[in-house]
Amino acid sequence: MAAPSTDINDPAPNRRRLPNERPALEEAATTIVSAAERTGYPQASCFALRLAIEEAMSNAFRHGHRDLEPDADIELAWDVSPERITIVVEDQGPGFDPKSLPDPTAIENIEKPSGRGLLLIRAYMSSIVFNPSGNRVTMVYLHPDKSGD
Amino acid sequence: MPSAESRLRITDESGVTQVGFIDRNILDEANIQQIGEELAEIIDADDSPKLCISFANVDHLSSAALGTLITISNKIKAKNGQLRLAQIDPQIYEVFVITKLNKLFEIHDTTEDAIKSFA
Repeated sequence: MAAPSTDINDPAPNRRRLPNERPALEEAATTIVSAAERTGYPQASCFALRLAIEEAMSNAFRHGHRDLEPDADIELAWDVSPERITIVVEDQGPGFDPKSLPDPTAIENIEKPSGRGLLLIRAYMSSIVFNPSGNRVTMVYLHPDKSGD
Repeated sequence: MPSAESRLRITDESGVTQVGFIDRNILDEANIQQIGEELAEIIDADDSPKLCISFANVDHLSSAALGTLITISNKIKAKNGQLRLAQIDPQIYEVFVITKLNKLFEIHDTTEDAIKSFA
């Protein structure tokens, strides 16, 4: 269940801890995307949000928790407002340096089967920021009619 | 051969294996792994496989699914086979463009066009 944060400055006050189980991940992603729909975000925004949430959660478990017990959970936090949507995904792993990742669109990498999740998140979100240790990503999506694009 | 729990719809016509997806969302890593295994079985069973994968009715596709498509493409190339993708929704096609995989795969608007393109 989502537990509201008590910090009024928290950019993503709705939060829940998620195990690596498909129904829980699906339900969490649907909760955020449904809130976006109700708040007036168009279908293309919902497509972008769904993809970014899925990729961030997948990265957290597949890479962040690579050396952890399978039952280690992640934290998903979010806030949906008419102007912007903030989504935070934090894993319990040691983190990574996002600058160290190779460009998956480079000729030498194009036939490699992995390494595209972060590229897609960057392409679809308005901004993404990692914490210094690299185990928490904060993704912000601005409403397309209000972002000045 | 695919089991009763297959994630794929498979038909074989004029030497071309046509593949469609049961699921509208290809996001679940377990399902994606199963899809990869089913497609690998089809490729392994053919000396020179010709596969046409249709994305009709697919709404969402993750990078893990793209990875499986690349693995499948590499397997088909290794056997001198041919792979075509077809009926990709414009939003999903954008994912191929962002990742530049639209340059790696031969993509057609319709399954008919894709099938006609096989040598």
